[in-house]
Amino acid sequence: MDLTVLWFGIIAFLFIGYFVLDGFDFGVGMAMPFVSKDDTDRRVVINTIGPVWDLNETWLIVAGASLFAAFPEWYATLFSGFYLPLLLILVALILRGVSFEYRHQRSERQWKQRFDRMIVVGSAVPALLWGVTFANIVRGVPLNAAHDYTGTFFELLNPFALLGGLTTLLLFFTHGALFLVLKTDGEIHARARTVAFRAGLITVVVAAVFLAWTVLAYGTLPAFALAVGAAVTLIASVMANLRRKEGAAFTLMAITIGLAVLTLFAALFPAVMPASNDPTHSLTIENASSSPYTLQVMSWTALVALPLILAYQAWTYWIFRKRVTRSHIESQGAADSGSEATVEAAH
Amino acid sequence: MNDLLDPLLLSRWQFGLTTIYHFLFVPLTIGMALTVAIFQTAWVKTGKAHYLQLVHFFGKIFLINFAMGVVTGIVQEFQFGMNWSDYSRFVGDVFGAPLAFEGLLAFFLEATFIGLWIFGWDKLPAKLHLATIWIVATASILSAYFIIAANAFMQNPVAFTINEEKGRAELTSIWELLTNPVALAAFPHTIFACFMVSAGLIITVAAWHLSRNQHLDTMRPALKFGLWAMLVSGGLTTIAGDQLSLAMVATQPMKMAAAEAMYETSTGADASFSIFTLGTPDGVHELFSIRIPYLLSFLSTHTFNGTVEGINNLQEQYQTLYGPGDYAPIIWVTYWSFRWMIGMGLVHILVAVVGLWLTRKGKLPTNTWVWKAAIWSFPLSLGAMIVGWVFTEMGRQPWLVFGLLETADGVSPGVTGIEVLISLVVFTVLYGSLAVVEFRLIKKAAQTGPAELSEPDEETGKPLVHTTVY
Repeated sequence: MDLTVLWFGIIAFLFIGYFVLDGFDFGVGMAMPFVSKDDTDRRVVINTIGPVWDLNETWLIVAGASLFAAFPEWYATLFSGFYLPLLLILVALILRGVSFEYRHQRSERQWKQRFDRMIVVGSAVPALLWGVTFANIVRGVPLNAAHDYTGTFFELLNPFALLGGLTTLLLFFTHGALFLVLKTDGEIHARARTVAFRAGLITVVVAAVFLAWTVLAYGTLPAFALAVGAAVTLIASVMANLRRKEGAAFTLMAITIGLAVLTLFAALFPAVMPASNDPTHSLTIENASSSPYTLQVMSWTALVALPLILAYQAWTYWIFRKRVTRSHIESQGAADSGSEATVEAAH
Repeated sequence: MNDLLDPLLLSRWQFGLTTIYHFLFVPLTIGMALTVAIFQTAWVKTGKAHYLQLVHFFGKIFLINFAMGVVTGIVQEFQFGMNWSDYSRFVGDVFGAPLAFEGLLAFFLEATFIGLWIFGWDKLPAKLHLATIWIVATASILSAYFIIAANAFMQNPVAFTINEEKGRAELTSIWELLTNPVALAAFPHTIFACFMVSAGLIITVAAWHLSRNQHLDTMRPALKFGLWAMLVSGGLTTIAGDQLSLAMVATQPMKMAAAEAMYETSTGADASFSIFTLGTPDGVHELFSIRIPYLLSFLSTHTFNGTVEGINNLQEQYQTLYGPGDYAPIIWVTYWSFRWMIGMGLVHILVAVVGLWLTRKGKLPTNTWVWKAAIWSFPLSLGAMIVGWVFTEMGRQPWLVFGLLETADGVSPGVTGIEVLISLVVFTVLYGSLAVVEFRLIKKAAQTGPAELSEPDEETGKPLVHTTVY
């Protein structure tokens, strides 16, 4: 197989991993105000993703570095061209990441509220802007002969891209709410189910419009098939949640996000960064890729490493499979006495 | 006004500031992961409570620091593309591979197992839980190797050919890239310096508590550990630094000449090392200096009668090779950063020697000034680390990739000065305010001291299991 095609696939796989995993992190962050009534509730919500948010975010770092190594031209054009949206994403990810760690360091209400707000905003901004970014990639942007972006920041905020952003925002929101259904019990669990259902309905409508637009304007036959698949699993996820099959609802949502990302990649292929002004300026898997030798080295590494990565990450999720409950959080007391070393009897 | 909106100048400031900032957290992550792993091993082996207290205590400081290292690291990876897109196009085929290796082989391990370590106390058997922190420590050191190998390519490009048609460097041997002599020398120097930084933190914290006569049962062994760790890692950093300067003379002689601000090629006694210079270090108006004859010759060649090339001579050679231009870095930056690095490092080793002498046979000094000096350990070691990197990177200028690409040619052509100004201001404000919060939190955690463990379980007699929640 042509290694450029393989790497197009691996990049798609890494972004699917990122959006499926960090996607529910973002959703949990955004849904937090809708499912919590007090500070214990909010701590329950944050602790559902406590052990995993960092590894989920690492998918982005690996996707970015792999893009750099396998398709340097794509990486260079995308990151310099989308300078301000990526800056906003970075700022949001920084605020969100430190908030998880800082929030529990002090007990004052104001202190916690400040970091709660940062978690909500820090989750919503990337959830929106990743959609905007990928929709723009599919739509195409003006590039010069050296493959540098020649448009402005505001050209990136076109209706198609904004709809794409709204779609990822809603998909991740629902995904996160479904994760909370799976990982909590009692009242938070019940509220999360209601929130997931309502958000799910809006998501179905918005995502359907966006996927239809993508397929009609930029699509190919495979993209069409994938988009239909995404729509079906999305509806099935909402139905499963309604019928209280929480594991199925979450899994179907994960598949939906995977298929939606694949739809975008299928619509792109074999281009990676189509030029909207002049097709000869487009970046494709051919002219954007690294040399065959580099791709070969990278392929061996990825093919050995990725199965291991999936295995130990799956194991981590297995270790932390238990629901997070209010009584568990309350038994820890406030983690603010200046020491985290709250020591208690093992159950 | 033109300067204010020059994307090149702004991008350089931004990359410099964000890199230095990121590197405030990295050495502590690398050093503390190993430290915590060692304390936890001691606890699992001996079952002594004070080791567990130290694990939780330094573990907490480690984690406050870890989060900042993670989030500021993403900025570093994005910036190559955002601000240095022409650089990325030129070197991506070579430089991207070690970055991807870092992600695939090290970052995933680190990020996964840190979560297991933090939240796994009551979910994993003790030995498996101990293994998680060792995996974190190993992965963080491994990631440092890949980054240093990538950086070494910029200092001393190897394992590539130039593809004229595509206008880029292409990788010819991954093995040769990863065994770049500069990487092999810079890696131990950097890693041992990271251990100096974590040892510095332990000494600072332990000295602060011991000078107040509190937490003696935990802080005495911590101080002892910190002092020995400082002495050993300090010695190893010095030896590795010597090897690195040999590699530097062989590959970037201009950097060594700039480190000494030496304009004329000198041999033997003339190749002296100035500890201190008053006047302008551009070599024109020297008012006063303390010089050690032969030392620069020895540092550069390991012989006392070696010849060390001067800036003027190298400038001429480079003009013949690369065409007209100024090929010297900013001399006062390289001159002073080199001295501060060595000076702070040596003072720090001195602190360890004196500290070990004063605390021999379980003694604790009563002099307050001794403690006050010891508290400076951490800032000294972190400072040495930072100026060391400033020297390495500023000494590489005007090159982005030595001999192949100048910094001015690597900047993103499509990004405007306004955009970079916005991001520079945003990062400065954001990083500045986070630094204040971060410093206060670490200070508070450090000053609170280790928590007492509760009574052991009555039935089993084992210490009770710790759990973490956010």
